[in-house]
Amino acid sequence: MAEVGLHGVGMSYGATQALQDVSMTIPDGAFVVLLGPTGAGKTTTLRLIAGLERPEHGDITIDGQSVLRDTPAQRDVAMVFQQYSLYPHLSVRDNLAFPLRSPMLRLPEAEIAARVQAVARSLRIEHKLNNKATALSGGEMQRVSIGRALVRQPRIYLMDEPLSSLDAKLRADLRVELKRIHADLGATFLYVTHDQIEAMTMATHVGVLDQGRLVQFGTPREIYEDPVSTYVASRLGQPRITLLPAGSFGPGAPAAAAQMGLRPEHIVIGEGQSATVRRVERLGDQTRLHLAFGPHEIVTLTDPHTPLAAGESIAIRPQNPLWFDAHGNRI
Amino acid sequence: MSAYSVTEPSRLSKSVAALLVVGYAVITLLPLLWILSTGFKSGPDSISYPPKVLFEPSLEGYVNLFTTRTRIGAEQFAALPPPETWYDKIVRQSGTVIAGPSRFGERFMNSVIIGFGSTFLSIFLGTLAAYAFSRFRVPLKDDLLFFILSTRMMPPIAVAIPIYLMYRELGLSDTHLGMILLYTAVNISLAVWLLKGFIDEIPREYEEAALIDGYTRFQAFRKVVLPQAATGIASTAIFCLIFAWNEYAFAVLLTSGNAQTAPPFIPTIIGVGGQDWPAVAAGATLFLLPVMIFTILLRKHLLRGITFGAVRK
Ligand SMILES: Nc1ncnc2c1ncn2[C@@H]1O[C@H](COP(=O)(O)OP(=O)(O)OP(=O)(O)O)[C@@H](O)[C@H]1O
Ligand SMILES: [Mg+2]
Repeated sequence: MAEVGLHGVGMSYGATQALQDVSMTIPDGAFVVLLGPTGAGKTTTLRLIAGLERPEHGDITIDGQSVLRDTPAQRDVAMVFQQYSLYPHLSVRDNLAFPLRSPMLRLPEAEIAARVQAVARSLRIEHKLNNKATALSGGEMQRVSIGRALVRQPRIYLMDEPLSSLDAKLRADLRVELKRIHADLGATFLYVTHDQIEAMTMATHVGVLDQGRLVQFGTPREIYEDPVSTYVASRLGQPRITLLPAGSFGPGAPAAAAQMGLRPEHIVIGEGQSATVRRVERLGDQTRLHLAFGPHEIVTLTDPHTPLAAGESIAIRPQNPLWFDAHGNRI
Repeated sequence: MSAYSVTEPSRLSKSVAALLVVGYAVITLLPLLWILSTGFKSGPDSISYPPKVLFEPSLEGYVNLFTTRTRIGAEQFAALPPPETWYDKIVRQSGTVIAGPSRFGERFMNSVIIGFGSTFLSIFLGTLAAYAFSRFRVPLKDDLLFFILSTRMMPPIAVAIPIYLMYRELGLSDTHLGMILLYTAVNISLAVWLLKGFIDEIPREYEEAALIDGYTRFQAFRKVVLPQAATGIASTAIFCLIFAWNEYAFAVLLTSGNAQTAPPFIPTIIGVGGQDWPAVAAGATLFLLPVMIFTILLRKHLLRGITFGAVRK
């Protein structure tokens, strides 16, 4: 139960400016997903909130109180590290019990055992409880690492790509499980992922980072449908948004527009100008078309059972595309 | 057909290696075996020529090591009551009687107290210092580390005279505390450098995870860093103990009675009642044991290596 605030936070590692003037308010009970390419500052943001790093500028608040002077333990956060760091000298069971045995909690052993068992069950690692932490597969380590965050009930959960090395089915199961925990506990989550489905289905808010700056913060739908720049527009959407010169489909562009962004839903197939099918990618639930349109390539979606094949010609027409100016900013 | 493995050496190269190791072990162990066996020889057997490989074992050497004896007149000797204990009996065979215990037991205990005491202190201070150097922003870190190492560059004995005078002033001469401090001062540079290397290898993520899990930095150090530094601590402890245990020059210079350790004492055994080689060999054998036992006890940690497995790199 906590509202987290970052107020003009800046932080650098030596010459590398990792974060620059980042301000955001994470409402109590929100599930915030941080997006951004590698090196954008996502992990740094989590470490600052956890108290593992000290910002050079700005303030960090939890429930309105500045926490800059608090130790990580006092901030009462749980964190799943990107490099899931299980204690190698302990068993899986003791790894999971470790936070519960901390001097902050001092729970009776019986309750610890019960909680460890319950978390192990929900993460499907019950049968590995007696393993050494080093005798696990990558995905199992990752689940133990998540488990270590879930055994206690902190005010804030910080998760750095927690599902990245799981298989698709387990990932889908745990996605639901984490969402259920979020709903049950009403805790505040800050979650880093590169996975579009995780971002769209779990998030109440999405923050997009670009080289240490927060460029947009909003609901997943806002980020997807109403991006402020080509950079944000490229973060979400599979296939990625296609960017073309504004006049590619003839006149009709707004005055300042330099680029048009086309997501699959912005492309009507069957009317308009001619394009050639380069490649048909059948992914099962969807089929992607790679089209040659003049000198440009456009990627869009079509009916999964389409009879189209490479080399054929189809007609396409843009519909309500996103317009961007010469700097990539939305018009 | 057995599977061919790229990482396991073949059976032939394994047996060649084993042969070489055994051969080398025999060569290096022969003098030790000689000391061990001399300790169980009788006086005449120990100096017989050609040397005896097979002999009748005797505990004379060990009894002589732990006792002082006197020779008494023939009629007095004849008038003695029969020997009460097995060691009385052994002593009587050479026409002497036990006058009292020797100093060996005390000296040996001094060695144990000073050797293990200074090892403990070196490791205790060394681990804390190494952790601080490894993890915290220490002003002038590199210069300090170099300074610590530089204390090792001069042979310690070069400062023997100043230390002798200083210790006399401070009343530390011939005290356990004085010797423990001295050996710690010599060992600490090695301890800090070795341990810093080991602690540097332990990823910080573990401590960070513990900090977030609700532990203070010191608790994280104790529960997460120390267990993983066990290997480094064990090997450093063995180095420290070997130095403190074997040290001779300072022991001769600074101790004479109260705190004298075994190394300066053992040679003096020779002088007592002729050349008593079995007693010297017995003393040498007992002197070898503690370091050997200590090393064997810590062997598990030495061999285990550090586990990095659980951090994804
Ligand atoms: N310990 C460090 N020392 C020096 N530079 C660092 C350190 N940690 C991060 N950086 C730099 O800070 C910037 C932000 O790093 P950060 O780890 O926050 O990125 P990220 O968004 O989590 O990336 P990824 O998706 O690859 O995990 C990068 O340029 C990185 O090189
Ligand atoms: Mg990261």
